[in-house]
Amino acid sequence: MFLTEEKIIELEKTANNIRISIIEMLVKAGSGHTAGPLGMADVFTLFYFHILHQDPKNPSWPERDRVVLSNGHICPVLYAAMAHAGYFPVEELMTLRKFGSRLQGHPHREYLPYVETSSGPLGSGLSQAVGMALADKIDGKDKSRFIYCFMSDGELDEGNTWEAVMLAGKNKLRNVIAIIDRNNIQIDGFTEDTMPLEPLQSKWRAFNWHVIEVSGHDFQSLNEVVEEAQATYEKPTVIIAHTIPGKGVKEFERDFRWHGKPPTKAEGDMALKELRDNRF
Amino acid sequence: MLNPKLKLNPKIWNDDVEQVPIRKGFGQGLLKAGEENENVVGLCADLTESTQMNFFAEKFPARFIEMGVAEQNLVTVASGMAAMGKIPFCTSYAMFSPGRNWEQIRTTITYNDRPVKIVGSHSGISVGPDGGTHQALEDIALMRILPNMEVISPCDAIEAKKVTLALAKTNRPAYLRLVREKTPIITTEETPFDLGKAEIYWMPDVGLAQVGIIVTGGLTYKALLAAKELEAEGIKTKVMNLASIKPIDVDAVVALAKECKAIVTVEEHQVAGGMGSAVAETLARNYPVAIEFIGIQNKFGQSGTPEQLIEHYGMGKDSIKEAVKKVLKRKA
Repeated sequence: MFLTEEKIIELEKTANNIRISIIEMLVKAGSGHTAGPLGMADVFTLFYFHILHQDPKNPSWPERDRVVLSNGHICPVLYAAMAHAGYFPVEELMTLRKFGSRLQGHPHREYLPYVETSSGPLGSGLSQAVGMALADKIDGKDKSRFIYCFMSDGELDEGNTWEAVMLAGKNKLRNVIAIIDRNNIQIDGFTEDTMPLEPLQSKWRAFNWHVIEVSGHDFQSLNEVVEEAQATYEKPTVIIAHTIPGKGVKEFERDFRWHGKPPTKAEGDMALKELRDNRF
Repeated sequence: MLNPKLKLNPKIWNDDVEQVPIRKGFGQGLLKAGEENENVVGLCADLTESTQMNFFAEKFPARFIEMGVAEQNLVTVASGMAAMGKIPFCTSYAMFSPGRNWEQIRTTITYNDRPVKIVGSHSGISVGPDGGTHQALEDIALMRILPNMEVISPCDAIEAKKVTLALAKTNRPAYLRLVREKTPIITTEETPFDLGKAEIYWMPDVGLAQVGIIVTGGLTYKALLAAKELEAEGIKTKVMNLASIKPIDVDAVVALAKECKAIVTVEEHQVAGGMGSAVAETLARNYPVAIEFIGIQNKFGQSGTPEQLIEHYGMGKDSIKEAVKKVLKRKA
């Protein structure tokens, strides 16, 4: 569906609010990942406020689109997007990583049934999305909904990921849409230093996927490529979304040291001021 | 004598007792489960015929997924299918699944509590000539330590079929352990089987047993042979088939310990962490008695015939008899 100027401004405001929640959650939790969630805030905003066929008031609606978050460590952005979309109260975000919280350090569906799967250990989310799509194919539902798998570029080092890539290509799973957070960083440094992934497009294409590259921060382009993926009938699609790790807070952007640590109180205050000063 | 209530195979002591690979019972059971429930699906990592999934695959090609040699993908894809309401059975050799893909089973199946059935064929030392790389001797331990996971190791092909049909009806993760070799038929279609329940297959004609033998899987026949010979030597035993290793039948195991005050466990698995350990944990908590453990004693296997290997690693009939005599002496 076309995005109007007004809708885009609304999405930008929502993404900014989600980033504010992410910073607040992480400061309060005192641990967790910062760069990835901020970098994926625009992508999650577009999905939870425009693309997904889901109903936050009826989370177990059987016909819903499925979301598999493979790189579970960026769950602050998933939790924040879900809360702002109405799945649970925004105030609950402040319980992240606390004892007894539904918002576990990495998602656990026993605690938060609204997530389709528990995740954290890397490389097995795409396989589960592929399994869901295989079930849809058997049931004749692969033309009526989509299985979206959000994954990191770092987890493309995992063999399990490529086993899933191969199987999806073999079975021409048209309703699988993988979205890679191509932010070029992982814990030990830049992906191309740690374990080079390029040429990434041709790797996926060689396994019979439709491949699209896009900016992960441009709502109009992102929306168009998701529509292109939905219109691709003969094969699964991967969207390589180029994102800036830490996006939205100048101090945190493009610095791999922000992969796995939270802001301190002072750093959080600085980041929140920057985000709250944004005008749309 | 054989427990008359269980309607065990009357030809069990014949020299030409029927022998069928335990995995074959799984193949028949899966076919029947597929006929009974359209949500049953099969996934296999390039071992369709040797894990006996071929019958299901031929009858239900649309519900069979050929995975290629990719065991990590095998179980994670199964988890995704289970999330959509399917009851997936995934087969490979036990060494590769659950041997290679343990973390994937833990996170995507047991942590998620999805009703995926992991079927590990060719378990134990009796894989034989293929050698130590292919002899899964640790798989019971790997699976029974996982919360939510059930672990079942049937004694013959008929029981394997019943187990398969029962697992297709439960909404829980499970590990089904199978062996490759032809194994004597011990039970009949009429023999009762319930998940989580242990049965006494052999008992004294009169009076109490002096030693309880608890056995699982393909060695059950050898335990029965040992019990029969021991009876002729004047030693009274009971033989319990503990097919359900987890959940374990606490009441039955404790009752056997109370009667005999001495136990021998028998399994084709490392003694560390296996069925014997499960029995020891149960008895240590409830009714401690002397136990001897028949199984692999902290070693890897090697090539050989199944019989040679079972003898060499001390799991044959005579080893079981020796263990019974040893534990008798230890009895308090």
